[in-house]
Amino acid sequence: MNVNRVAESLLALSQQEELVDLPKNCPLSENEDEGDSDGERKHQKLLEAISSLDGKNRQKLAERSEASLKVSEFNVSSEGSGEKLVLADLLEPVKTSSTLATVKKQLNRVKSKKVVELPLNKEKIEQIHREVAFGKTSQVLSKWDPIVLKNQQAEQLAFPLGKEQPAIAAIEHALSGWKARTPLEQEIFNLLHKNKQPVTDPLLTPMEKASLRAMSLEEAKMHRAELQRARALQSYYEAKARREKKIKSKKYHKVMKKGKARKASKELEQLQKVNPTVALEELEKFENARMMERMSLKHQNSGKWAKSKAIMAKYDLEARQAMQEQLAKNKELTQKLQVASEIEEEEGGTEEVEELLVPHVVNEVQMNVDGPNPWMLRSCTSDTREPATQEDPEQLPEPATHEVSESEGERPVAEEEILLRDFEERRSLRKRSELNQDAEPAGIQETKDSSSQEVLSELRALSQKLKENHQSRKQKASSEGTVSQVQREEPAPEEEAPLLLQRPERVQTLEELEELGKEDCFQNKELPRPVLEGQQSERTPNNRPDAPEEKKEKEQLIDVQNLLTTQSPSVRSLAVPTTIEELEDEEERDQRQMIKEAFAGDDVIRNFLKEKREAVEASKPKDVDLTLPGWGDWGGVGLKPSTKKRCQFLKAPEGPPRKDKNLPNVIISEKRNIHAAAHQVQVLPYPFTHHRQFERTIQTPVGSTWNTQRAFQKLTTPKVVTKPGHIIKPIKAEDVGYRSSSRSELSVIQWNPKRITTRHNKELKKNSVG
Amino acid sequence: MKVKMLSWNPDNYVRETKLDLQRVPRNYDPTLHPFEVPREHVRALNATKLERVFAKPFLASLDGHRDGVNCLAKHPKNLATVLSGACNGEVRIWNLTQRNCIRTIQAHEGFVRGICTRFCGNSFFTVGDDKTVKQWKMDGPGYGEEEEPLHTILGKTVYTGIDHHWKEAVFASCGQQVDIWDEQRTNPICSMTWGFDSISSVKFNPVETFLLGSCASDRNIVLYDMRQATPLKKVILDMRTNTICWNPMEAFSFTAANEDYNLYTFDMRALDTPVMVHMDHVSAVLDVDYSPTGKEFVSASFDKSIRIFPVDKSQSREVYHTKRMQHVIRVKWTSNSKYIMCGSDEMNIRLWKANASEKLGVLTSREKAAKDYNQKLKEKFQHYPHIKRIARHRHLPKSIYSQIQEQRIMKEARRRKEVNHIKHSKPGSVPIVSEKKKHIVAVVK
Repeated sequence: MNVNRVAESLLALSQQEELVDLPKNCPLSENEDEGDSDGERKHQKLLEAISSLDGKNRQKLAERSEASLKVSEFNVSSEGSGEKLVLADLLEPVKTSSTLATVKKQLNRVKSKKVVELPLNKEKIEQIHREVAFGKTSQVLSKWDPIVLKNQQAEQLAFPLGKEQPAIAAIEHALSGWKARTPLEQEIFNLLHKNKQPVTDPLLTPMEKASLRAMSLEEAKMHRAELQRARALQSYYEAKARREKKIKSKKYHKVMKKGKARKASKELEQLQKVNPTVALEELEKFENARMMERMSLKHQNSGKWAKSKAIMAKYDLEARQAMQEQLAKNKELTQKLQVASEIEEEEGGTEEVEELLVPHVVNEVQMNVDGPNPWMLRSCTSDTREPATQEDPEQLPEPATHEVSESEGERPVAEEEILLRDFEERRSLRKRSELNQDAEPAGIQETKDSSSQEVLSELRALSQKLKENHQSRKQKASSEGTVSQVQREEPAPEEEAPLLLQRPERVQTLEELEELGKEDCFQNKELPRPVLEGQQSERTPNNRPDAPEEKKEKEQLIDVQNLLTTQSPSVRSLAVPTTIEELEDEEERDQRQMIKEAFAGDDVIRNFLKEKREAVEASKPKDVDLTLPGWGDWGGVGLKPSTKKRCQFLKAPEGPPRKDKNLPNVIISEKRNIHAAAHQVQVLPYPFTHHRQFERTIQTPVGSTWNTQRAFQKLTTPKVVTKPGHIIKPIKAEDVGYRSSSRSELSVIQWNPKRITTRHNKELKKNSVG
Repeated sequence: MKVKMLSWNPDNYVRETKLDLQRVPRNYDPTLHPFEVPREHVRALNATKLERVFAKPFLASLDGHRDGVNCLAKHPKNLATVLSGACNGEVRIWNLTQRNCIRTIQAHEGFVRGICTRFCGNSFFTVGDDKTVKQWKMDGPGYGEEEEPLHTILGKTVYTGIDHHWKEAVFASCGQQVDIWDEQRTNPICSMTWGFDSISSVKFNPVETFLLGSCASDRNIVLYDMRQATPLKKVILDMRTNTICWNPMEAFSFTAANEDYNLYTFDMRALDTPVMVHMDHVSAVLDVDYSPTGKEFVSASFDKSIRIFPVDKSQSREVYHTKRMQHVIRVKWTSNSKYIMCGSDEMNIRLWKANASEKLGVLTSREKAAKDYNQKLKEKFQHYPHIKRIARHRHLPKSIYSQIQEQRIMKEARRRKEVNHIKHSKPGSVPIVSEKKKHIVAVVK
């Protein structure tokens, strides 16, 4: 036992030694310079061996002579035995005793354990700790990312965020700590007790409970709804009656009364079939009325009103009618009603009576209603009206003819003018055709020829016309009547003629007219035309600018627009021999021919001209219809604003002259409006990615003028809504459905930096990375 | 005779009650309502003009302090109550609705450095130059009682700021280090330091309540975690940060009011680049406070003005100033997000509207609809030059105006120099640093 105890104590000691010793023995610094110390040691050994060669083979004990790094704090020097101190050396004596086998085993186990590493310095440890803590915190915070994003993109945020339940304490709780003190309070309590008012929940007296039981909620609701409906109906009818009573129109009242009477008679008929006794009573009522009438003679011509009307009836048709009506009424009232047996007769009678009673117009309509087709009715009336309309033209033409005859005095001069204008027109037309043909340079000469021929033919035609006119004037002088007759018949076909004149292919019509003139079959046909033309030009303001333009074209000898197309007139000087010129011309022609062949497909100049024309057209301000339907006259589906108004509001403002007006070979774009630029957004605002997107948002109106109430409200919802007088608390994790950081986490932990070692360091680093 | 009558369905025109508007049948056919864009443009223009006409933000001035107002605090439960501490150690409690002082306490000797209310609203804490932390009851003393603090903690160093936890009985003070206190104890439960310099303010995060932020006079902002009792990260800026304020709706973002006239909004997870640099002040920014909606914040500056910034804009949307208002030291946005309070050097607390042209009081539904519509129109047409010009126009005192001009010139010169430098050096040799990164010196882990 003793031996065992001794062995155990020794083991414990050795373990302690190991624990204390090992970490001290192998710090990094010593490990590192182990090699160096080894070398030194070997060197020393060598020296010793040399010294021992002397013969005195004495053992030198390790002794400390001075402070050195190599000194072990337990004064166990390894030098003596030669190498490092190992546990096995210490166990050498134990080997012999077999009783200590278990101890040996344990010691061997201890030997196999690894060395504990050195702790890091404080700064480093703190930094690691911070990094890890930061990693954790940012992980916790990142759960807020989706919520923050959602709030930023939300259409509307309503604050306060969480719905706070108003904490209403139950009455029992409120009452628990309270006692009635003042006499008033006591009295109230007494009253409550008398009525068996329960203080605790449910707060209903027996009476209330009974009443609740008596009628279920739904029943009560239905009942109330019925009552409401009845009340509403009543009020409606009252209002209606009041309104009707207020109507001043006598006619309306009369019609109403008659309607009622008719209804009553019908009902009577039915009553007779169903319930004769009641019908008899009704009849008695009628009888009574009749008697009253007969007695009072209220509806005969004895009344004050009737007398006045009788005087007026001579002159006034309405008064006469009113009188008649009154008499009819009298008749109706005084007439004795037939008994049920003569229903059929009565029917006829009533109809007659009705016919008598109702005024003429209604009568007509009723008659027509009897007819099979109600649509025939209107045609009938229109038929009746037609004669009137037909009469009108008969009346009208006479003054017209007079006018014509009167204006004939001024004609001759006018005619000459017109003819001149005609001539000019033709010339301009010719010019235009020339221009068209100029595009083909090869055919210039031919066109010139043709144009000259045309001129000649025209001149001829004009001279013929003049002659004709003279003739016609003579004719007119002789037979005014016939002319007027002809003219009277003419206008209808002539009305259509001007339309033709406006078309671009007027040449053909002119030629036709010439032919017509040549034919000379009907001289007067030509006459009214120019007049009409003049009228037409007056009528249509759109046409008006054409005439001056044409004049201008005439006046302009060099058209700026045509500078490109017209060949520059080659000035031929007489000095240059014509042969060379001709040669050159030939050469040029050849070259041109070649170029033409090469670029047969694309006519650049014409394309350019076309492009420019298009650009000019596009940049011209268009007519904008600014008429507001319904302003000043009726508006609605199928109704169009009057022509006068359309003329007034159909205006395109005259823009400033184009910059490239006098530059034939240039197109200067005038899309950018300087005046508008000051009001326009210059740079695309931030959230938009394309200008069209921005424009679209601007063009969708927000106001209630363009949107329904619902849409308006939706469009104008404010981004942030706050409740007045409410405290807005910071966002909470519970509000958005997260678990808030728990209490255990919140407890403050003290930490000991000494415990952390390099191994921990590595683990922490791993954490911080992960 | 047949009488033709116009018949109307009463449902279409009869109103249900007398107070209802008369029903007007509307035809929404677009051809009947032409020129929608020009008409709305005109409306927007008018709305913008009216907004400027009605912009009268100043509401009241609370006077009574006998020295400059050094700190302000809101009551957490009551909108009308405001607390303020002055440079002579006086604390006053104000009633905003009556616009008077309801209580005066001589709390400290020397400055009242910081004031904060407990989350329940029953008491508040003050720190002063006399190295004490005092807790006071919100209600005044009863009749015959003396005005005494509930608790007094004597510290070893001067405390420069204090803030209370949003949920628990814990508060933090700052001075030489950041101390976290339990209300029941006289010693801090933990002290956190990182470097050695005086810390000017400390703020608890209102959302993730274990987080703290502080700013020290060695130009840095330090974030702490209360749970692990450790600092998290430090960012060093060009100049000193005076205060920070956390966004109450975004757990990770805060704004720092800096001496270099700018404010920096940071995402605390990425401190190396601020999310936004707000630059409009012309002198050091002394204080900043968020609107409870988290969409805007207000800043007080040494240039005698306060400015309101949207969180996501670098320019301010509003500037408030008065002739008599001197350097503004503290500013607070009330917890219903309608008003702004600022305490300044010249002993007054001023109350402003947060929206200068807002109509106060209850609005009828029509007024509300009109307001919303106008707001929408202003928003829609805000980019149009004429409207923009009117909306952006503000009158400024000459000092601020001239400073702005001057600084614009300076900035332009600096920019030009930089551009020239880049232009005349080997391409790639001069790094182009963005405005956001320019002001960050370093981030220390």
